[in-house]
Amino acid sequence: MTSALVVDAALILLVLGLALWITAARAAYGAAVGFVAYGLLLTLVWVRLAAVDVAMTEAALGSGLTGLLLLGAAARLAPYEAAEHQRRPGLGLRVLVGILCAAIAAGLAAVVLLLPDPAPSQALAVAAHLPATGLGNPVTGVLMAYRAVDTLLESVVLVPALIGVWSLSTEMSWGGRPGFLTPCRSGSALPLLARMLPPFGILVGIHLVWAGADDPGGKFQGAAVLAAMWILVMVAGLREPPPVSDRLMRFLLVVGPLCFIGIGAAGIRLAGAFLAYPEAYAKPLIIAIEVGLTISVTAVLGLLLAGPPVPEPQYQRQSRRRS
Amino acid sequence: MSGTTLFGLCAAALVGLGLYGLICQPGALRKILAFNLIGSGVFLLFGVIAQRGGGVLALAGTGADGDPVPQALVITGLVVAFAATAIAVTLLVRLAETSARGTLEGDEPAPPAPAGERRP
Repeated sequence: MTSALVVDAALILLVLGLALWITAARAAYGAAVGFVAYGLLLTLVWVRLAAVDVAMTEAALGSGLTGLLLLGAAARLAPYEAAEHQRRPGLGLRVLVGILCAAIAAGLAAVVLLLPDPAPSQALAVAAHLPATGLGNPVTGVLMAYRAVDTLLESVVLVPALIGVWSLSTEMSWGGRPGFLTPCRSGSALPLLARMLPPFGILVGIHLVWAGADDPGGKFQGAAVLAAMWILVMVAGLREPPPVSDRLMRFLLVVGPLCFIGIGAAGIRLAGAFLAYPEAYAKPLIIAIEVGLTISVTAVLGLLLAGPPVPEPQYQRQSRRRS
Repeated sequence: MSGTTLFGLCAAALVGLGLYGLICQPGALRKILAFNLIGSGVFLLFGVIAQRGGGVLALAGTGADGDPVPQALVITGLVVAFAATAIAVTLLVRLAETSARGTLEGDEPAPPAPAGERRP
């Protein structure tokens, strides 16, 4: 027990040290690199908290995809960074803000120390009703059955997020290809990696979705891995991102939410409530939704990273620069 | 003191640190990073509550997992946080491309964009 406590304390020191680095680093690029390492350490924390499903999501989304997004932005914004340092608030103000933030942290810490014991929990209720869904993983059960409305809204909200990103394009670039992922220079090792890794990555992604019914995993974790493989191929310059006017791509973006809403609406007739599943078909219906959502979430995550469309001439120029 | 409580205190410290960065960092990208720090602190608090809630499972002898309800909420939250970060970053890059600055202050007129930048 004490050795576990020592490991936990060391992990916490590392996490806090990296959080300090992210806050204090002089260059945004260094802070973004720190954020990737921070996400990987948080993954270990989630494993220590017995939340393997969350650990997978954190590793793939919180650390990997968010890290790539922030690194790309830091590289693009580097020319404007020098002017920012002069706008730093004065020492007195920083000390005052520091004291107030420390007070908020202390308040939260007090809440943590004063949490009720025994802790309130829905774990037994979830475990008691899990067999009715045909699932073995309680987290997937919560996501797909007990709190299906949350999951539905979440999968739907990804589409407006992408529309928000796309709507930042200029008028003349509308219909072009997304331009955030500038492909690497030819001759680097990335194209080789982008040829060798995706077969395994796609297998792992599909396995995560399929195994998510009974073991840790699920559509979000699987979709994040699949999206990472797609992004790797795009960054290596092996495939171009699809134009935003592509009809098939747009259909894939919404097929998951549509499938979810359709099955949910059918539940009103068949099982008496929106998003209720008739008990005999619960598992096949849940798997159908999971597959649809995996496709849509993969497409949305990849395109969110690919950014708003740029005019075709600019895209060609970017692509030529690498070769 | 148990490891779970230690993680809870760590989460509280992360929220405080993130809040400090959000207020004191002048660059908007640093603010987005700081906001993600706050988010991870809040998610970690959820994780601590889930781990404590899993105690009833251990008492009932059905396993050592956490409470799945907060865990599922965190997974939902992580995906939405990524989408929000993506929008914020895209807005910021667009702001920098069109007005040549990476902060949110708009009091003085922005200097003209460098030649070759695309204009709206």
